[in-house]
Amino acid sequence: MATRDWPIKRKLTAILLLISGLVLLLTSAAFVTYEVVTNRQTIKIHLATRSLILAANSTAALAFANEADAAEILSALKYDPHMVAGALYRQDGRVLATYPVAGAADLIPAAPEPDGYRFEGGRLVAFTPVAQGGNQRLGTLYIASDTKAVSDALRLSGIIAIAVLAIALLAAYALAAALQGRISEPILALAETATAVSTRQDYSVRAPKFGADELGSLTDAFNQMLGRIQEQNKELQQHATRLEQRVAERTEELEHRNEALRRNAAELLAANTELDAFAYSVSHDLRAPLRSIDGFSQVLLEDYAAQLGDAGRDSLQRVRAASQRMATLIDDLLKLARVTRAEMRTERVDLSGMARDIVVDIQRTTPDREVEFVIAPGLEAQGDSRLLRVVLDNLLRNGWKYTSKRPQPRVDFTAVEENGNRVFVVKDNGAGFDMRYADKLFGVFQRLHSAAEFEGTGVGLATVRRIINRHGGRIWAEGAVDKGASFYFTL
Amino acid sequence: MNPGKILLVEDNPDDVTLTMRALKSHNITNDVIVAQDGVEAIDYLFGTKGRPAPTDLPAVVLLDLKLPKLNGMEVLQRIRSDERTRLLPVVILTSSDEERDVMDGYSLGANSYVRKPVDFVEFTKAAQQLGLYWLLMNRAPPSPRGP
Repeated sequence: MATRDWPIKRKLTAILLLISGLVLLLTSAAFVTYEVVTNRQTIKIHLATRSLILAANSTAALAFANEADAAEILSALKYDPHMVAGALYRQDGRVLATYPVAGAADLIPAAPEPDGYRFEGGRLVAFTPVAQGGNQRLGTLYIASDTKAVSDALRLSGIIAIAVLAIALLAAYALAAALQGRISEPILALAETATAVSTRQDYSVRAPKFGADELGSLTDAFNQMLGRIQEQNKELQQHATRLEQRVAERTEELEHRNEALRRNAAELLAANTELDAFAYSVSHDLRAPLRSIDGFSQVLLEDYAAQLGDAGRDSLQRVRAASQRMATLIDDLLKLARVTRAEMRTERVDLSGMARDIVVDIQRTTPDREVEFVIAPGLEAQGDSRLLRVVLDNLLRNGWKYTSKRPQPRVDFTAVEENGNRVFVVKDNGAGFDMRYADKLFGVFQRLHSAAEFEGTGVGLATVRRIINRHGGRIWAEGAVDKGASFYFTL
Repeated sequence: MNPGKILLVEDNPDDVTLTMRALKSHNITNDVIVAQDGVEAIDYLFGTKGRPAPTDLPAVVLLDLKLPKLNGMEVLQRIRSDERTRLLPVVILTSSDEERDVMDGYSLGANSYVRKPVDFVEFTKAAQQLGLYWLLMNRAPPSPRGP
């Protein structure tokens, strides 16, 4: 594990140990150095003292070149176990005597070296001048001491330093372990809390506070943040709950509506099927008796004309007329029913062209009447062409019918703009109607004129309105008695 | 020349009487065989246990649609699906003005579709024209069983 990935506890302990270890190490080094330097100084002084004493004692032996005396003097070195070698050199540099007497030749230089004290090859050597009367040099004294005292001191101080270091480090470790908690615990607690928040999404937990220091402030800030998040979370959840509730309510409402719609559709379908069956049976069954009534009346008229007399024949003619009129009524009603249930096929329809076709048809079948039809060009609409033909056919024929008592009958088919909507108008200068009864115009079997005045079943305009409604449009009429009528419709 | 017979399939006795009268009043004297429902019509055309099928097919069948037991469309279907009567001229003569009936009739192979007018004068004209056309003017398909 890289150092930077260490847990904070270990980092703190490591830092404390590193610092205290470094301090202790420096202190120990200073201590050991001091010991060594002091010891070396001490043995140097000892050697110097001994050298001076021996040199003073050696003057006679050198002056007289007395080897036995010289050896005697040097042998005194044996009382100091640190003294490893010694020699007296004459004025000319030749060795007069050595210590120990025989051997140790490798420890004794062949000739004297410059005066002074120095450490050489693990030994302290001293070359001291032997002089008489203070100025006449007689020779040189050499002694060598081992440095065991120094190494002993070094060893001892080293051991002491290591022991102190070890004990101090142990103590430092124990203290660090005990004291790092002050810093690491709040941090660890924060980290633990943060982990709990992020893994469990639990914003209700709070980090414990250990003191009023910076970590305490951090904990406070962290806890405040958590509090705010918790509040916002709560609000969010409340919103979500409300939203869910509303969605559920809406869904339920929609389902209810859907259910109602389905029921309505099913009812409509049933009603349509029923209507279908009804229309079919009307078409077939109601006409059959009419045919019998008309047929047998005709049989009577043909076979028993003489017996019937004028009044009888007239009655039978009326019976026949009535039955034929009823057949027309049935047919018109069936047309109305078909308009209601016919499937719509929406397309672009040329209304002007369609109106012209109808007018041609009207004029062809009734050449005895002269009605001026004025059709605006380019009238178009979106719708079912078959149904729209029924509309135009009814309105134009109405115009044609109700202008029959005018000297200059005229029917117009135009369009006007009203509130941005295109409104088609079929206008005539015929009999018109009383606006008080305008709402009755479009009812089934509702007529504002007697059959004697104008023929009709009262189904035409009802059919027209139904078609317009199926196209999502509107139809209304304006007029006055003897001032003509205008039929407006939108698609 | 044998101008052939007419098979009138009609359940309403009034209509039968009026149709017969209309045909007769215009000197269409051919035999008119009346079947009062679909089953009777089929039995006449294909025979039953007691009575064999006629040796001559009628020149035309005037077929009403709304009939007890088998209705007109079913009768037409049976006529067209049998090899013996596959080409037999059938005119639907009915009160119905329904587009659906007209479509179905022609789809099943009717030769003509005539709506009965309520006006008896018109009805008589229609019957006369039908009789004239199918009995005298139209050349019937060769009978599969004939000599």
